[in-house]
Amino acid sequence: MTELTSVLHTKKRRSFGAWFKQVGWKHVVAWAVAVYAIFPIVYIVSTSLTNMGGIENGTLFGQIDFSNYANLVSDPEHPYLLWAWNTIFIASVTAVLSVMMSALAAYAFSRLRFKGRRMGLLSLILIQMFPSMLGLVAIFGILSALSDYLPGIGLGTQWGLILVYLGGSLGGGTYLMYGFFNTVPKEIDEAAKIDGATHTQVFFTIILRLVTPILAVMALLSFIGTASDYLLASIVFSKSEQFTLAVGLGTLIDDPHSKNWAMFSAGAVLAATPIVILFMTLQRYIVSGLVGGAVKG
Amino acid sequence: MSELSTKEAKKALRLRNKQISKLYDGGVPSLRGTIIKIILLALVDAASLFVASLLFLKEQWLGVALLLVVTLVINWLYLRRGGLPPKYLTPGVLFLLVFQVYIVFYSGFIAFTNYGSLHNGSMASAVDAIEQSAVVPVEGAPTYDIKLVKGADGKIEFLATDFDSLKTYIGGTDYKDHPFREVTAADGVSVDGDKLATGLKGYTRLTDSEIAAAAGSISNIKIPLGPDIHKDGFLKTPDGLTGEVNKFDAVYDPKAETFTRLSDGVVFKADQSKGFFIAPNGEQLEIGWQVMVGWDNFARIFGDKELRGPLLGILAWTFMFAIGTVLSTFVVGLALALLLNDERIRGKKVYRAIMILPYAFPAFLSAYVWKGMFNTESGFINTGILHLDQQHLIPWLTEVGPARWAVLLVNLWLGFPYMFLISTGALQSIPAELSESATLDGATAWQEFRLIKLPLLLVSLAPLLISSFAYNFNNFTLIYLLTGGGPGGDPTLRLDAGGTDILITFVYKIAFSGSVGADYGLASAFSILIFLIVGSISFFTFRRTRALEDMA
Repeated sequence: MTELTSVLHTKKRRSFGAWFKQVGWKHVVAWAVAVYAIFPIVYIVSTSLTNMGGIENGTLFGQIDFSNYANLVSDPEHPYLLWAWNTIFIASVTAVLSVMMSALAAYAFSRLRFKGRRMGLLSLILIQMFPSMLGLVAIFGILSALSDYLPGIGLGTQWGLILVYLGGSLGGGTYLMYGFFNTVPKEIDEAAKIDGATHTQVFFTIILRLVTPILAVMALLSFIGTASDYLLASIVFSKSEQFTLAVGLGTLIDDPHSKNWAMFSAGAVLAATPIVILFMTLQRYIVSGLVGGAVKG
Repeated sequence: MSELSTKEAKKALRLRNKQISKLYDGGVPSLRGTIIKIILLALVDAASLFVASLLFLKEQWLGVALLLVVTLVINWLYLRRGGLPPKYLTPGVLFLLVFQVYIVFYSGFIAFTNYGSLHNGSMASAVDAIEQSAVVPVEGAPTYDIKLVKGADGKIEFLATDFDSLKTYIGGTDYKDHPFREVTAADGVSVDGDKLATGLKGYTRLTDSEIAAAAGSISNIKIPLGPDIHKDGFLKTPDGLTGEVNKFDAVYDPKAETFTRLSDGVVFKADQSKGFFIAPNGEQLEIGWQVMVGWDNFARIFGDKELRGPLLGILAWTFMFAIGTVLSTFVVGLALALLLNDERIRGKKVYRAIMILPYAFPAFLSAYVWKGMFNTESGFINTGILHLDQQHLIPWLTEVGPARWAVLLVNLWLGFPYMFLISTGALQSIPAELSESATLDGATAWQEFRLIKLPLLLVSLAPLLISSFAYNFNNFTLIYLLTGGGPGGDPTLRLDAGGTDILITFVYKIAFSGSVGADYGLASAFSILIFLIVGSISFFTFRRTRALEDMA
C-alpha cells in the first residue's frame, strides 16, 4: 500500500518535473505576464467600488459600493452622460464618413486606371505621415477663422472637430482599403459588367458586400482612435458640456488630491467596457487586419 | 532596341488601362440610383448656397467665388457621362485638400512668421488695439455718476450726472447718432435725493442680470465727448457706477507709421521686419502684428542659447523613449509569442484574451489609471504592492529618474500586446519545414531562432516596427496625460522643459501654454522639423528593409 503510493508519488513527481521543464515554466511566465496585463484593470474596477472618493485604495475589493456609479450619472457638475454622448456622436460620425469616403477613393485607385493614379497613391502615403497633431497650430487657426464666418463648424463645435478628424484619417484609411480591395478578384467585376451592371452597382452591391467585415473593423478602429483622442479635442472645446470623455474624465482628476478619483474610476470602467467587449468579439478580424499588412503569403 | 521595347511596353500598358477603364463605363443606370444621385447633389447645392450666402453677408467675396466654382465643378463632374475616377475621388480629395494638405502647408507658412499671442493679426488691428489699450485719465476733468440705459434702438448709453455741477448728460458710443448732450427735467430726467439722475424718458435702465452678463465688456465702452474722440476724449466706467473722462495716450500717424505717446512724447516707429512699434531707445509697444520673419524661427531652434540647453535634453529623451518603447515592447511581445506558440500549452485562448486587454482598453484611460497608481503618497504601487512605509516612498512621477522608468513601464504595458499579436501572426507564417530541417542539422533552439526565425520575422515586421517608432516619437497622449511632461517644466515659465517632455509635448507648451505668450511660429517650425526627422528616418529604414527583403 505504502509502496504503491510512493511509486505513484515518484512517478507523478518525475513526470511533473519533466512537464515543468518543457511546458510548465511557460505557464509560470505566461501567468506573470497575465498578472501584469490585468492588474491595472482589476485595480480600476476595485477603486470604482470604494466609497472613499480619493485615490487611497490599498486593498483590492475591500469594499463593494456602487454609489460612484450613481453619483456619476446624477452629478450635474460633471455631465458624464453628456460627455459619453458627445464622444459617441463625434466618433461614430467620423468612423462612418471616413470609411465611406475612403472606400469610394480606394475603389477608384483599385479598379480604375487614370492619369496621376500612381502619384495619387504616393502622395497619400506621404500625407498620412504628417500626423494631424503636428498641425495643431494650423488646425486651431483654420477653426478660429471658420468660427468668424461659419460659426456652425468653427472652434468649439462638434462638426469642426469631426472635419479635422476626417481630414486626418482619410489618407491612411484609403491606402489600407486600397490594399483590401485589391484582394477582391477583378473577374467578379467583369462578370457583373457583362450582365449589364453599372460601375456604381459593382461598387455598392458587389465589392462593398465582399469587404463588409473589413469595413466594420476599420470603422471600429477609427471609432476607438477618435474616442481616445485628447489633444485635438482639448484644443477645440473649452466648455464642460462640450467635452468628450477623454477631456472630461481628465478634468475629474486634474488635482492629484482630488476626491473624484473613485468617480473617475467608475467613469473609466463604464467607458471602457463596451470598447473592450467589441474588441474581444471582433478580435479575430482585427488581428487579421493588423497582420495582413505585415505578413505576405 | 531596348528603347523601342520600353516604348512598346508603354503602349501596351496604355491600351490595357484603356480597356480596364472602358470595362467600368456603360451599363444602364437604374432609376433608383439616378434619383439618389440627384437628391444628394441637390443637398450639396443647397448646403453650399447656404454657406455662400453667409459668406456673402460677411462680404467674403473670394470665399463666395471659390465656393460657387467648386459647387459648379462638382455638379458638372457628377452629371456628365463617363469620367469615372473623379466621381469616386472628389469627396475624399476635397477633405484631404482642406483639412490635411492645407494644414501641412499652412503649418509650413506659419513657421516663417512670428504668429503668436503678441502677433495675432494684421497691422491695422494692432494699431487699433494699441490705441484702445493706451488710455489715460484727463486730469482736472469732472467725474460722473453713471446709470447704464438702453435707448429705443437697444444700444447701451450712459446716463451721466456730473458730481460737482449735478448737470445730467446722455450719450452713446457712436457720436454721430447718439451725441453726448445735456438733458434736463424738461427732457424727462428723473432724479433721486442726491439729485443724481435715475432715469430718462424713452430709455430703460439695464437690469442687474443684464449688467452681470455684459460685465467684461462694460469697462471697455467708450462714450465720445465730442465729434473727434482723439481731441475731445471720452467717458469710461471701470465698474458701471462711476465714470471718468479719459483720452488716448498713444496717437497714430498713418503716414509715418508711428505712434506718439502723449505722456512723455516718445515716438515708436513701425518695424516691418519684427512686427512691433519700436522706440529709438529700444522700447517696444506691447502689441505687435504678424509679419514674415524668414528663417528666424529655425535659427532660434538651432542658435538660441535659451533653447539649446533644454532642446538637446528633450531630443535625447525623445529618442530614448521611442527606441526604448519599440525595443521593450517587441522583445516582450516576441518572447511571449514564441512561448505560447506551442501546442502543448493548455488555456492559450485565455492567456491571449487576458494579454490583449491592455490593447483593448482605451489608451487615454490607461494613462489616467497608471497616473493614479503611481501617485507617491497614496498610489496603489507604493502602498498596495510595494507596501513602502512613509519614509521610503518612491517618487514615481515627481523625480526625473523614476518618472522616465514609469513612462517606459506604462508604454510597455500599452504596447506589448500589439507586438505579441503581430509576432504570433508572423511566426505562424514561417514554414514549419524550415525549423524542422534546422533541428535535423543539429541546430540548438537558440541558433534556430537567431539564424532562421528572427531574420524572417524582421523582414515582415520591420515596417510595423518603424511605424511604431514614428508613432511613439509623437506619442503626445501618453506623456501629456501621464506626467504632463513633468516633473518640472512649469508651463507658466517660458521654454521650461520637464523631465519627461518629448518634442511634441514641448511644442504644445510653446503653442498653447497658459500664462506666457503663445508662439505659434516657433511651434510650427518645430512641427516641420519633427516631420522631417520622423519622415526621413522612416524613409531610410524602409529602404534598408526593402534591401533586406531582396536579399532574403
